[in-house]
Amino acid sequence: MSNDGSRTLEGTPNPEAPNPQLPIVQKLRIRYAKRGRLRFTSHRDFGRAFERAVRRAALPIGYSSGFTPHPKISYAGASPTGAASEAEYLEIGLTQRLEPDTVRERLDEALPDGLDIMDVVVATPGALADRLEASHWRIRVPELPIENARQAVSAFEQQDEILVERMMKRGPKTFDIRAAVVSLRAESDPDEAACAILDLVVRHGTPSVRPDDVLVGLRSACGLATGQTPVATRLAQGPLDPETGTVGDPLAHDRDAS
Amino acid sequence: MSVESVFPRLEPLLPSVSKPIQYIGGELNSTVKDWDEAQVRWALMYPDAYEVGLPNQGVQILYEVLNEREGILAERTYAVLPDMEQVMREHGIPQFTVDAHRPVSAFDVLGVSFATELGYTNLLTALDLAGIPLHAVDRTDDHPIVLAGGHSAFNPEPIADFIDAAVLGDGEEVVLAISEVIREWKDEGRPGGRDEVLARLAASGGVYIPKFYDVTYLPDGRIEKVAPNRDGIPWTISKHTLMDLDDWPYPKKPLVPLAETVHERFSVEIFRGCTRGCRFCQAGMITRPVRERSIQTIGQMVDNGLKQSGFEEVGLLSLSSADHSEIGDVAQQLGDRYEGTNTSLSLPSTRVDAFNITLANEFSRNGRRSGLTFAPEGGSERLRKVINKMVSEEDLIRTVAAAYSHGWRQVKLYFMCGLPTETDEDVLQIGELAKRVIETGREVSGRKDIRCTVSIGGFVPKPHTPFQWASQLDHETTDERLRKLRESVQSDKRFGRAIGFRYHDGKPGIVEGLLSRGDRRVGSIIEAVWRDGGRFDGWSEHFSYERWAAKAAEVLEGTPVDLDWYTTRERDYDEVLPWDHLDSGLDREWLWEDWQDAVDPEGATEVEDCRWTPCFDCGVCPQMDLDIQIGPTGQKLLPLSVV
Repeated sequence: MSNDGSRTLEGTPNPEAPNPQLPIVQKLRIRYAKRGRLRFTSHRDFGRAFERAVRRAALPIGYSSGFTPHPKISYAGASPTGAASEAEYLEIGLTQRLEPDTVRERLDEALPDGLDIMDVVVATPGALADRLEASHWRIRVPELPIENARQAVSAFEQQDEILVERMMKRGPKTFDIRAAVVSLRAESDPDEAACAILDLVVRHGTPSVRPDDVLVGLRSACGLATGQTPVATRLAQGPLDPETGTVGDPLAHDRDAS
Repeated sequence: MSVESVFPRLEPLLPSVSKPIQYIGGELNSTVKDWDEAQVRWALMYPDAYEVGLPNQGVQILYEVLNEREGILAERTYAVLPDMEQVMREHGIPQFTVDAHRPVSAFDVLGVSFATELGYTNLLTALDLAGIPLHAVDRTDDHPIVLAGGHSAFNPEPIADFIDAAVLGDGEEVVLAISEVIREWKDEGRPGGRDEVLARLAASGGVYIPKFYDVTYLPDGRIEKVAPNRDGIPWTISKHTLMDLDDWPYPKKPLVPLAETVHERFSVEIFRGCTRGCRFCQAGMITRPVRERSIQTIGQMVDNGLKQSGFEEVGLLSLSSADHSEIGDVAQQLGDRYEGTNTSLSLPSTRVDAFNITLANEFSRNGRRSGLTFAPEGGSERLRKVINKMVSEEDLIRTVAAAYSHGWRQVKLYFMCGLPTETDEDVLQIGELAKRVIETGREVSGRKDIRCTVSIGGFVPKPHTPFQWASQLDHETTDERLRKLRESVQSDKRFGRAIGFRYHDGKPGIVEGLLSRGDRRVGSIIEAVWRDGGRFDGWSEHFSYERWAAKAAEVLEGTPVDLDWYTTRERDYDEVLPWDHLDSGLDREWLWEDWQDAVDPEGATEVEDCRWTPCFDCGVCPQMDLDIQIGPTGQKLLPLSVV
């Protein structure tokens, strides 16, 4: 292992603090999926489940010092509750070095089916969050005629600004969703004729534009019919290629370094 | 014939309800067995929201015990929140289990665990959503047997119309026995239909079938008698008691939810039963005799539970955990085992003595010494004698002094208001006690930032306790006493902010009292309240006293009884109590004498604990041919197996 990432770690143990903890010697980056009925797991729910899985897997997780030590786990760009995802990311700090594959197997075994560990790599310097520039979403809308979906998408493309309103913690907020959308396509579902699929690449920002926001915009400003309750799945999250408008692998850099 | 999952119909609706995670199941260690391979199928319900019901030990234990057996299947269901109820009604989705999302009506048994009477309206919602007739007499062979258990089942009379059966006491063995009776009856081709299987269950003397008993009333409204109305039905029904807890180390596979719940920890029951003899305490009375788990089994269960669940906290549960005969060794050895691991241990600490501080110190080796809880229950020494809570003021002061001098900063004290013979003066003593606690804390710690929180609950007389005959204090007087107490503490500027108060108004206690000591006539009130929208009565945001009072008045109009009759009325020795035919093992004569000892105008007589002193003849052991099971075993925790 050429780079264990330990130089970038914060939290050097303070011997004066209560419960001094072992130092972090390895930082790992993890890609996981949220599938099936477990897409209703909220970000907080996942956090608890993951911490428990770490303990069940008996990983040498690092802890912060202090009266209430917290495990060294940091999350990046979590998907909204109800959305499925093939590409969620987090980082953990360990007090002993382990093979990434061992960690992947042990964690996956300890998590419920539907929360699945896809990939584990040793972290290289630089913040993971900075590499999560955009998301690739696939939104399946049952009982939506494909022709209607195509018309709405072309109406979407012809506008420079589409305002939507979303309930935020501090009340309703109106913001533009059009600028963040890199590409939007309507496809028919090969498995089910009466079902339309929207393929969306969206740039991350503040507030982040979610699949729901795009659907709201399509309905309010582009004439999209309602259809049944849509299910959005994040297929990828990572660096945005400005040439092709595609979303790359945020862990490629770490993988190449090892 | 297989039963279809409702999940495909449910899933599109989930984004529109609050906290959809509570309806999806998929908990770690949950089980989905093949429907067709099981001959007996149980739906187990905890009649409160998922976040409250999921951690319930009783349901988790029975779920595991049943699913371990071949041919038996168990799934879980919880009360759905009102927004979900509405969505389910709009879309015709029946009450479902969270494991395989099967409709509850397809099961053989719907077993409902009532830890509190305030879940009764939620039972009706679940039955109605399931498509099961609310009244047992309207059910056919196609409907599940609705079976009540839990502490409230020791007086199931208020829900007698809605349940087919009730069991008293520990469930582990009786659920298996019931399963066998049902399996046999189904194998034989269901001879005699529903009534036949219920009669077979009743014949054992361990399952109560309300509809096989008639209740008659005297002109003044009291019960005349409760008698079986068919042959082969016993006059009394006994409770079930599991002996040798080491043989039943459940839960072995604790359920770990994705959703946040009220208890985020793994719990090990270190003993059942309690012989402290607190006269208000139904749990202590109905779970006798004391049966301890050995230190080695506790150690194994803690180790296994942590590995299986990944929880970082373990609670050592029981009615009075510091009373375990080897609690000192348990605490010290578990403290050693988990020192420096970020695993924390907790003990519901309610015993008031210095030993408890030693225990608490063991359990807080890794963490912060924030708060300790003690339960003197009564404000004055006189009142503590009445309730048989043998704690002197000096004990309490010595204990809190020890706590504050060991670095604890906050002490929480539990009290009750409305206890028999209580006066304003007794309640004002709570404030005086809290002031002494703060003074002592300031003195021994030399600090100003110490706090004392006083939590006060309204006393509700419960069946099968010496106070089952007592008058419950009306809510107006309860509120008035608490107002005076608050004023007297707040008027003293030296303590103003150091003493915190937590209490509820007296109204919910009156409804709990109605449901606790009610008879079959109360069933119509529950139904009327439910039809008027009553749900989740344990939740202050849903509870409506006015609705209960109005419906009680409506339903009982023209009868000799009313809400006060059920609650604030003191009962006489010779009154037939609604639960007299349900045998908790306690000797009725002993209960009466203990009641008389409590309210003796010359001053109350106290009763010792039979753990350490000779038997005081409560009746349970001889009646049930049992004995207390306590250590010390002298054993040590076994070393952990290497992962």
